[in-house]
Amino acid sequence: MFGASAASPAASGRLARPPALSSPPAMRMLAGAHAMARAELQKLRHDHLDLITRSVQPLLWLFVFGTALRHNRALAAGASDYRAYIAPGVMAQAALFIAIFYGLAVIWERDVGQLQRLLATPLPRTAIVVGKAVGASVRALVQASLLLIVLGLTGIGIRWTVPGVVGALALLVCGTAAFACLSMVIAAGVRTRERFMGIGQLIMMPLFFASSALYPLSIMPGWLHVVARFNPLTYEVQGLRQLLLGVGGHGELLLDFVVVIGFLVAMVAAATRAYPRAIL
Amino acid sequence: MILVDDLVVRFGHVVAVGGVSFAVRPGEAFGLLGPNGAGKTTTVRVLATLLPATGGRAMVAGYDVRREGLEVRASIGYIPQALSADGALTARENLEFYARVTGVPRGVRKERIADAVDAMEIGEWLDRLARTLSGGMLRRLEIATALLNRPPVLLLDEPTVGLDPNARRVVWERLHALREHSGTTILVTTHLMEEAERQCDRLAIMDHGQLVAQGTPEDLLASHEAAVLEDVFVAVTGKMIEEGGNIRDVRRQRRIAGRLG
Repeated sequence: MFGASAASPAASGRLARPPALSSPPAMRMLAGAHAMARAELQKLRHDHLDLITRSVQPLLWLFVFGTALRHNRALAAGASDYRAYIAPGVMAQAALFIAIFYGLAVIWERDVGQLQRLLATPLPRTAIVVGKAVGASVRALVQASLLLIVLGLTGIGIRWTVPGVVGALALLVCGTAAFACLSMVIAAGVRTRERFMGIGQLIMMPLFFASSALYPLSIMPGWLHVVARFNPLTYEVQGLRQLLLGVGGHGELLLDFVVVIGFLVAMVAAATRAYPRAIL
Repeated sequence: MILVDDLVVRFGHVVAVGGVSFAVRPGEAFGLLGPNGAGKTTTVRVLATLLPATGGRAMVAGYDVRREGLEVRASIGYIPQALSADGALTARENLEFYARVTGVPRGVRKERIADAVDAMEIGEWLDRLARTLSGGMLRRLEIATALLNRPPVLLLDEPTVGLDPNARRVVWERLHALREHSGTTILVTTHLMEEAERQCDRLAIMDHGQLVAQGTPEDLLASHEAAVLEDVFVAVTGKMIEEGGNIRDVRRQRRIAGRLG
């Protein structure tokens, strides 16, 4: 049925190159990432309640946990009070929560066929991964902006400079995108949402507690200090703290950005490799 | 427009598709008919470049699915069995999203969306969230999203599963209108005999990963001296079509039925 002649372009009905491929891969990748980020914003617009409910946990950390330890000078480590000290950590934790559980959305999308449809479009696989990561970052960005407004309204002493705030949000976007890609890698290997929930918790809490989100590296025992130094969340939080509070040594901010961006590149590559397995 | 030659797909020791060959002509509506677990979805997934074939060859719109996956993906509209429209977006936002990800140029995006909306007659509820639409509306929305890049080939995996008879009729009416208007080639999988007989120009019957018969509905009925396709299926497989499938297929069907309310 399918001999050499039948398989020839003319006989097999080969068409002119599809118009969808007229733009270069980089442009298609940008278009895909833009479409997914836009869709996330549209979803947030339809569901304000999601933002509000997700904001409760960071506010509890800030105003209950932070207030309880407010006057502890050892923990505040150079910040005006402990609430200001943990504000960047809480911001990073809220973003981490969004990013890690983004894998749940990937499993849901596989179950309802959305992932199959996306993978059957001419978007490069990297574009799908980057688009999903950007989608998670958009959510984290909106939530971080709300948290910054709360910090401003309650007079918690952070440094309000344009480069500081913009730099902090940029670092947060990179960190969230990287952890969202990590989440996609896990989702690609997990069959059920229930199992993913367990693995998500298993990863998220150690990442959070073995970082400088709640306490400075200097008061950690030696073994935890070593673990925290290998934890990308530590660098994200340290960078946010330096940008928003001015706490940190000379040259550390560059290292924080290098580590977070390096982690992002590695995770995008890993997720791109793992993603096709996600539909099996 | 679609050529499949001795296609084999194995998952470990399980042979999902075991040497299937068929061809679909331009503008034809071709049905892959068989029970759950027959290998229809696996075959369509290979054609959509979602699964690699273990052996054999397949071409879509003249492109090899193994070597020219990107060109194949740019030439097809693919609708999976599950309802894939994003329920958290409106129908219009779903259309805009797929226009962007399938590479429809900005200058013609509005026009393409308007054409797809007209083709599927979904203009009345464009601003409703997709999760509030009925199953038939959702299917028409999904098909509309698959038309935006004007693909020469539509791959539809059980497009009417879970729909009531009226919604099925409307979906098929729209598909036939699309064929007449644009000459789109349609490959559709179904386990509904009556639908396959009435709606497809030609059929291939699959069972246990094998293609056991193919031809026009009339030829299949005549060659097996059967009154209905159900009898043809019994004649070539020795069983009724409802007997196939596994727990995963049943779960999938229930999930779709659940989403359809």
